[in-house]
Amino acid sequence: MTQFGTVTDATVVLGIETSCDETAAAIVMGGTDVLSSVVSSQIDIHAKFGGVVPEIASRAHLELIRPVVAEALGTAHIHHERIDAVAVTVGPGLIGALLVGVAAAKATAFALDVPLIGVNHLEAHLYAALLDDPNLEFPAVVLLVSGGNTLLLFMDGPGSYRLLGATIDDAAGEAFDKVARFLDLGYPGGPAVDLAAQRGDPRAIEFPRAMLHDGLDFSFSGLKTAVMNHVRKHPDVSSDDVAAGFQAAVVDVLVTKLLRAARETSARSVVLGGGVAANSLLRSEVERLAAAEGFRVALPSRAMCTDNAAMIAAAGWYRLRDHGPSQLDIGAVPNLSLVADTVRTNRAASHRDRR
Amino acid sequence: MYLHADNLDDTADIARAIADLLRTGDVVVLAGEMGTGKTAFTQAAATALGIAEPVTSPTFNLVHTYRGGTLTLHHVDLYRLSRTDEIEDLAIDELARTGAVFVEWGDVGDDIIGDHLEVRIAVGESDDQRDFALRSVGRRWDARWDKLRSALSVHTVDEWGNP
Repeated sequence: MTQFGTVTDATVVLGIETSCDETAAAIVMGGTDVLSSVVSSQIDIHAKFGGVVPEIASRAHLELIRPVVAEALGTAHIHHERIDAVAVTVGPGLIGALLVGVAAAKATAFALDVPLIGVNHLEAHLYAALLDDPNLEFPAVVLLVSGGNTLLLFMDGPGSYRLLGATIDDAAGEAFDKVARFLDLGYPGGPAVDLAAQRGDPRAIEFPRAMLHDGLDFSFSGLKTAVMNHVRKHPDVSSDDVAAGFQAAVVDVLVTKLLRAARETSARSVVLGGGVAANSLLRSEVERLAAAEGFRVALPSRAMCTDNAAMIAAAGWYRLRDHGPSQLDIGAVPNLSLVADTVRTNRAASHRDRR
Repeated sequence: MYLHADNLDDTADIARAIADLLRTGDVVVLAGEMGTGKTAFTQAAATALGIAEPVTSPTFNLVHTYRGGTLTLHHVDLYRLSRTDEIEDLAIDELARTGAVFVEWGDVGDDIIGDHLEVRIAVGESDDQRDFALRSVGRRWDARWDKLRSALSVHTVDEWGNP
């Protein structure tokens, strides 16, 4: 820890995130103290387009990155000279979108002469729970459920994790989004299904629970198709009952596998992350069933579950402390995988240990 | 060319026949309503290309790239996109320089995607049955069309679905 000084509770990290739809920046001190977290959420624009996202273009990030970073500094009431390091998402994500954040982070780190830290977006989601609950007990099993991912991870502590299971076809959030669109429930799809399901009877229609008793991987493509087939054959069916039956099937599979993973790995805590973690049934079922089995439950706030830059800054703080900074010539890695990145990180760590 | 699949094995067989003829630079546009199996079709093609990694839906991430098969496969999804400039930002022609590109919901960007093979999928009478319409846009498949036709002969039907 010599070339970049000591990483302490007073170390201030600027986090930048542009991997997908959101342009985000945050200031986090000491890895857990969020001084500001700004997300350029475009929900109102999305709604106009009926679920279609017009903001994926890199030029949108390009327009938003400067004001979003300025807003993060302003809200945190700090001058840019107070920044000790810059953390940025290098992948996975869209190359054009990632490059905007990476270029901005490099320029900022270079201008301020502070370390730059490349962060894996998926790994960063694991730190979101720590931001809301710094006393989280490890080992923990994390269920990361969003539009693009459905992952089960075992986490020994910050920076130490392994993949237990993942979707083999559609992500859970994608199924919510597509079912909402199919039932014409509105956008965003997750909250729309959640709301309709509260009016419906979850037992009216029994939808399939794919691979429920089979390993820790997930499959939601068949469920999506089953919903569509059911509605095509029963055009007069209540959308609320379909939403309730669909949501019950998704949550049943997610919670069953999360708890099985926690039991099999002797975890102390179960943690939710990703946009679907905002689903009310998922939250209440995890709370009820995990508590009954004696697990501690960490349910981060919706702001921390969805894409944000505070988790990037937090992940960056731990990575800087444990592995040091990245080179200034790091690039965006659109297909960055969580497991390969873990292997690389662990290899780098063991290499350093030998020295 | 019209094809009929009685079950998932037939669908995989059709995907395999196309995959066997693929080269770097090919773009395959997958069209069809939600739940017709565009991702499943791509999974079958990926298996035929020797890709061991699980192929998952690219709807939210927009582009997934799989290396390690006989050909690099870029799996693209235009479901969330609407404007032409967004589709242009995905640079499908640039992706095609390094492999084959499968584009789900590609028919929404038909006019900006260059030469391609269009695979239109529809659900048949039963849940597992599928009807396919294959169409080559541009000249890229001309030299391979007869090979493709003979590889798919057991699944071929006329435009009214008769064998």
